[in-house]
Amino acid sequence: MTDVSAALGALASTAHPVRFSGLGRSFGRPVLRDVDLEVAAGEVLAIVGASGCGKSTLLRIAAGLDAPTTGTATIDGTAVDGVDPRCAFGFQQPRLLPWRSIAANVSLGLPRGTAAAAGRKRVARLLELVGLADAAQLRPREVSGGMAQRASLARALARNPGVLLLDEPFGALDALTRLKMQDLLLDVHAAAPTTVLLVTHDVDEALQLADRVVLLGREPGAEGSTVVREIVVPGERPRDRGDARLAELRGELLEGLGVERHAH
Amino acid sequence: MTDQTTATMEREGRANALGNPMLTPVGVRAQPGAARTRGSLGPVQRILLGALLPAIVLGAWWLSTSTGFFAPHQLPSPVAVVQAGVDYAERGLLGTYIAISTQRVLIGFIAGAVLGLAVGALVGLSKLGDAFLSPMLGGVRAVPSLAWVPLLLLWMGIGEEPKVVLIAIGAFFPVYTTVATALRHVDRDLVEAGRAFGYRGVALFFTVQLPAVVPSVAAGLRLALAQAWLFLVAAELLASSMGLGYVLSDSQTTGRVDRIILAIVLLALLGKLSDTVFGLAERWAVRRWA
Repeated sequence: MTDVSAALGALASTAHPVRFSGLGRSFGRPVLRDVDLEVAAGEVLAIVGASGCGKSTLLRIAAGLDAPTTGTATIDGTAVDGVDPRCAFGFQQPRLLPWRSIAANVSLGLPRGTAAAAGRKRVARLLELVGLADAAQLRPREVSGGMAQRASLARALARNPGVLLLDEPFGALDALTRLKMQDLLLDVHAAAPTTVLLVTHDVDEALQLADRVVLLGREPGAEGSTVVREIVVPGERPRDRGDARLAELRGELLEGLGVERHAH
Repeated sequence: MTDQTTATMEREGRANALGNPMLTPVGVRAQPGAARTRGSLGPVQRILLGALLPAIVLGAWWLSTSTGFFAPHQLPSPVAVVQAGVDYAERGLLGTYIAISTQRVLIGFIAGAVLGLAVGALVGLSKLGDAFLSPMLGGVRAVPSLAWVPLLLLWMGIGEEPKVVLIAIGAFFPVYTTVATALRHVDRDLVEAGRAFGYRGVALFFTVQLPAVVPSVAAGLRLALAQAWLFLVAAELLASSMGLGYVLSDSQTTGRVDRIILAIVLLALLGKLSDTVFGLAERWAVRRWA
């Protein structure tokens, strides 16, 4: 990966704060309830929780891909209403258009109305950043899963987002590629400090990347998930993956997810 | 895996699907490794093997007529059929008949295909359009082609209109069905990705949905073209003074078996030719868009 700050220098945008207040969402039965959460501009927030706890739903609501049943989601003080141009979304699967080249897929993320020449330049710079410059003209089916996921990240960054929403973006990758992608995300964030909401089921990933980790789960006797625990992660990034404090927090989070300590 | 084997697999996948009213959903790919199990043939071997059966049929035909096994009024010799063609050509009729039939097929096909694309898009994209239009169209589709003929003749006379309309009806349904089905099955994840990046309405349609269904639409158009030739004969058999269908009905009354066989062979050649040309276009579309 080349010099990230140079590559992103012209891309950096204003990071926006995100706020969920009294937010609830039900699909017949409640999935989320009373979610009150504030994310500061430029913060990296990891959202962890068991499968089906509604963490993806929360992210989709922030993006405007879904709407809350009660309460509101706001970005920089204005309510999210429909797909929000200030957000960019990274999905668990790359979701690249198979008939477009990698470069053309990344350009899908460019804000509407970007001039063609400027857009091309920016796409080239982003591809360089994620190490795909040589794959620019390949089709998605011709590249590896890790490369496709990097293209997906570049597509999200092309939008120059004030809020970057990532839904288990590295979940489908092999362990080594995942670690590399995590480092890449940190590099990108250091160069262009956008607000990041990262949904993950990987506790280590959450502790490695985030300023703060929130655990979504059900309170006893209540239907629908809400924020049951909030952990401010100590230390500056990049963190030592073997830090003893992180190990302690890891045990705590896993316990919150219903995993016994001795198992780890 | 080469592009060619991919294309072959795609075609095989679709051939299965076309036997079934529900088409293969977009994004469902044939399993790798299936293409080569039928044994590998070079392009020359393929052509030679494909030409073998027509050659055998032609030989048997020639033998059975030259040995007197069939009388000329039952089955004329291949030479007599060619002579019938030459006779038509000398009177300037062969070119005219082929031209008028081809023209009817093309106009009817284009009209039916354009309408099929539009209505198919409406039904495939909008739940409202689906609920409103599908039941009616399903009923109309069940009407056999010949049932339209008397009505069209009474309403439109014996000019070009009823023939073109009948062919358009024939071409409409394969396109309508494939487009509507394919659009309904466009990968939801891709559509959502498009939405997440701010595409909606017409922009979303042209960026995600339409490209995603191009291979299916190409297959539907190809089927529609074959159907157009089918309906052409139905139209020309009953009310016309020109065209290959007219040759068939006229020769039936005059007992000219040679001309009947000539018309059948010409229909086979024209149909196969247009299908081959369209098949190449379809292959390109699959390679480009799938």
